[in-house]
Amino acid sequence: MDMKVSKKKLGLKEKYQHMTRGLGWETTYQSMDEVFPYAKYEGIKIHDWDKWEDPFRLTMDAYWKYQAEKERKLYAIIDAYAQNNGHLSVTDARYINAVKLFLNGISPLEYMAHRGFAHAGRQFPGVGPRVACLMQSLDEIRHAQTQIHSLSNYNKYYNGFHEYRHMLERVWYLSVPRSFFDDAITAGPFEFMVAIGFSFEYVLTNLLFVPFVSGAAYNGDMGTMTFGFSAQSDEARHMTLGLEVIKFILEQDPDNLPIVQQWIDKWTWRGYRVLTLVGMMMDYMLPKRIMSWKEAWEVYFEENGGALFKDLARYGIRPPKWLDQIEQDKDHISHQAWATFYNYAAACNFHTWIPTDDEMDWLSQKYPNSFDKYYRPRLEYWREEAKKGNRFYNKTLPMLCQTCQIPMIFTEPGDPTQICYREVDYKGNKYHFCSDGCKEIFEHEPEKYIQSWLPVHQIYQGNCFNEGVDPTAEGFDPLAAVLDYYHLNFGRDNLDFEGSEDQKNFDAWRGMATKNT
Amino acid sequence: MSKVFIALQTNDDTRSIIQAILADNPHAIANEQPAMVKIDAEGSLVVRRSSIEDLIGRDFDLQELHINLISLTGHVDETDDELTLSWNT
Repeated sequence: MDMKVSKKKLGLKEKYQHMTRGLGWETTYQSMDEVFPYAKYEGIKIHDWDKWEDPFRLTMDAYWKYQAEKERKLYAIIDAYAQNNGHLSVTDARYINAVKLFLNGISPLEYMAHRGFAHAGRQFPGVGPRVACLMQSLDEIRHAQTQIHSLSNYNKYYNGFHEYRHMLERVWYLSVPRSFFDDAITAGPFEFMVAIGFSFEYVLTNLLFVPFVSGAAYNGDMGTMTFGFSAQSDEARHMTLGLEVIKFILEQDPDNLPIVQQWIDKWTWRGYRVLTLVGMMMDYMLPKRIMSWKEAWEVYFEENGGALFKDLARYGIRPPKWLDQIEQDKDHISHQAWATFYNYAAACNFHTWIPTDDEMDWLSQKYPNSFDKYYRPRLEYWREEAKKGNRFYNKTLPMLCQTCQIPMIFTEPGDPTQICYREVDYKGNKYHFCSDGCKEIFEHEPEKYIQSWLPVHQIYQGNCFNEGVDPTAEGFDPLAAVLDYYHLNFGRDNLDFEGSEDQKNFDAWRGMATKNT
Repeated sequence: MSKVFIALQTNDDTRSIIQAILADNPHAIANEQPAMVKIDAEGSLVVRRSSIEDLIGRDFDLQELHINLISLTGHVDETDDELTLSWNT
């Protein structure tokens, strides 16, 4: 006999509801406050976790299915790229330094993001954000691992990739991205979500991934392009989570507004400072350029961010602080950063160089208000000096900003010829800052930032030499001792691109790939 | 009116998706960039499952978008049939 079976499949919303929300419960052996001890101390008031909206209604079955497909695509391409000596098809070997910067400065942050989202997810009493944080945590460890796998192919042939983990906790410039994330994961779960989920993922991540990955594609680096797009395909979900967090917190209680606003101000500024590295990469390190830092900033921050903050105005949110300074800075920061790395090329695990004449013309055209006036003459002077055998290597350690840890290289708003210094006296010590933004962030949480591990201070205190090194010995060379501690191979990993082993090898191998000699 | 956008990788899978989006959103503009296509639209943008299915000749689950998605902006509303991006202002 016929059985009448109702076989209607659950819709997306119902299925998601059953597979996520339906699985949570209120604890009774221990109070919810004991089980979720970090949920209240930041002052954020949540009255109803069920009001959380999940824009992408992804359940684990769908998550594995699509992530597995992304992985299969990725590894097929990475294998093909390696088998085909893909590294020899990049525009020129200078490009590879952009990838070094990525592996050393960005990939470890993906791992930190994995830890951060696992932690935040554990601490939220609501099921919706817990599930979203869990998936993002898995995404982030996938990003760290796929980036390491993809870039290990470069490590077989080029210098500067070999000790990224060791260097992360030691090399001076890497304290900038590392301390940014350390700051975020040592905050409470709500601040972490506003810091990374919203300010970084939503407001700023497009500036990192879209130009970088498109730039990799433009420069013939299929390996980086592939892991970049594979990671980026998760970012849309992350961005949506970041926006949802803000809306949810603000809708729960009017008292949350000033706390959230302060976090948005802080983390947009912190993230913007870290992205200086990306600006420099776009303007100086991609032999074939896709767009200038300034153009990317205008599209992805001013236009998209503008739309976002206009939308959030209904909650009483205003655009982040210090935007007038950021607006002026877009003509300058990439040039100021490149000049700094050019100066400190002896203490870096990647190479720097003077742009070619064509490249300088491109920079003039993209930066009509600043490049020819302030930056071109300096680059031309350094080029002349290098020709005479005096390639400039700065051996004096710079003063660092206590908050962002970037050397004091940025200029006063309105005067690109004057370095910007700010200072604060706190409990008998003087602390230094690169900007009003970093100073105000410090003043809000001085007990946190006085603990900063500042590479320059640590070197002067003698904490950056290997065991057994005697700084009082006759003829002691502090730079050499610090580079040993970094595991940086002098003459291979550092100095100018011109004359580097990378340059020679690339030319020789590319020759072998196209000729029968 | 603020703009929303969706960015997709340029590949065989996305060719029909992009075509469907542009057909369903006459106000949208496609910007082709190296290895990616960014579709900008004033106010809102809808991705419709049925339009994609008509072009590819098979069933399509809107969550398949995740495989080739690069980035997007705006509030997301996802159902079995449509994914909508919009700003409230």
